[in-house]
Amino acid sequence: MTKVLVPVKRVVDKDIKVRVKSDNTGVDIANVKHSMNPFDEIAVEEAVRLKEKGAASEVIVVSVGVAQAQETLRTALAIGADRAILVETADEVQPLAVAKILKALVDKEQPGLVLLGKQAIDDDSNQTGQMLAALTDLPQATFASKVEVADGKATVTREVDSGLETITVSLPAVITTDLRLNEPRYVTLPNIMKAKKKPLENIKPADLGVDAAPRLKTLKVSEPPKRSAGIKVPDVATLVDKLKNEAKVI
Amino acid sequence: MTTLVIAEHDNASIKGATLNTVAAAAAIGGDVHVLVAGANAAAAAQAAAQIAGVSKVLHADGASLENGLAENLTAQVLAVADAYSHLLFPATSNGKNVAPRVAAKLDVAQVSDITKVVSADTFERPIYAGNAIATVQATDAKKVITVRATGFDAVAATGGSAAVESIAAVADSGKSSFVSREVSKSDRPELTAAKIIVSGGRALGSEEKFQEVITPLADKLGAAIGASRAAVDAGYAPNDLQVGQTGKIVAPDLYLALGISGAIQHLAGMKDSKVIVAVNKDEEAPIFSVADYGLVADLFAAVPELIEKV
Repeated sequence: MTKVLVPVKRVVDKDIKVRVKSDNTGVDIANVKHSMNPFDEIAVEEAVRLKEKGAASEVIVVSVGVAQAQETLRTALAIGADRAILVETADEVQPLAVAKILKALVDKEQPGLVLLGKQAIDDDSNQTGQMLAALTDLPQATFASKVEVADGKATVTREVDSGLETITVSLPAVITTDLRLNEPRYVTLPNIMKAKKKPLENIKPADLGVDAAPRLKTLKVSEPPKRSAGIKVPDVATLVDKLKNEAKVI
Repeated sequence: MTTLVIAEHDNASIKGATLNTVAAAAAIGGDVHVLVAGANAAAAAQAAAQIAGVSKVLHADGASLENGLAENLTAQVLAVADAYSHLLFPATSNGKNVAPRVAAKLDVAQVSDITKVVSADTFERPIYAGNAIATVQATDAKKVITVRATGFDAVAATGGSAAVESIAAVADSGKSSFVSREVSKSDRPELTAAKIIVSGGRALGSEEKFQEVITPLADKLGAAIGASRAAVDAGYAPNDLQVGQTGKIVAPDLYLALGISGAIQHLAGMKDSKVIVAVNKDEEAPIFSVADYGLVADLFAAVPELIEKV
């Protein structure tokens, strides 16, 4: 195999509880800590492991978004990716448009494998990998918890509702990662320093000839309904009494 | 305006999430058709025809469709997509796998995990692990949507009398193949459909303790068993029991969170439960902020007492 392409997204850190803006136009993400989407970290880790095993020659990371996404790409380079591409835009880019941008890059770079996270924890869409597979007409293996690459195909164990399922896909293919695929390594200071010297190419969606206009219009973003305040019960007997006689659920 | 619901089934029967998806289709308005794509799936197609509010069932039967491979199922949906204004998939692992592939082939955006139909082109969906609700309008002519089962009350599985129309199954793509499946065996109610869920977290300490503490209580209540990510990662419970943003989304009548701290990602999967009970030693645990009834106690003492008293 030659190259692995790994798209990564800069998102609000997973431990931040976001607040909805009072004018209901969105969530307030200014001045909030951002990090690499956790599923993407797993994808980068898997790609780097494939390279370490000799199953990949080069790991290219790509991000679509604002200029600060460079930091996300540097993190991926510090994990072990070889080079990075930032498709820079300040506009909202929805999954279909990201998939089109990635398709243009797949056409250009001809990777043997594209590894993505199964979903981004901000929009929770879980679409981009599947859409990229559709646009490139490549097979897909989503929600991967185990990936083995050999003889021009990938054998992938997938996390499905009823348990686990194993499929094989011919390469090139698109694989999306689930939580259990691996434990991403911590980046070390020497690797962060080294990452600063690795190549990072900056391009625009228009350079790739992609129309990235949103197809979904967000009309409003609101707070989820609040739960009414609960009570603390002193002991198990009271709890059982409340469940039987007040909530009537048992 | 006609909506096609892509059925979730195991060839023999229709899975519950299909009924919630038909409910979402009914809320959109217009005729509702159901596609049953499988192998030897006549029984499932017959069951789909009984679903209340369904006017037609398309039944595609062939070896290419036996295991729901995304490439083949996508081709099957595309073969009939022209006739429909809306294509609705349950937001199950199968639905999430196939719907975006269909949408991209049609060059339309997909709306994920809707919890409410505002109008035929406008929907509500949770974002940021359920910490915000977005109202989105799909501007494409055709709408491809996945439906969160807990957002819609299931329609009746019987009472309908739709005609079943056989359609040709697509050829195998040759790009992917099925190898094996490891299904978690359980006599319990299915997690996503259970009325009561007993869920355990890291505080259980081991797989043995998880079994020892959680199972008898679930047995006593006729409940399904769930788990937090911490419990799954530690190997106390299998992956398919994980409740949360990236696991299963549940909304039972009663959710018992035992030894679960209540991380954002876990709350995303259960905070629409009708009644939430938390048992935790740490009175500062975030789970108490969503619990209707909270008990600050050692669960190894509290749970046996609970089993005795219910």
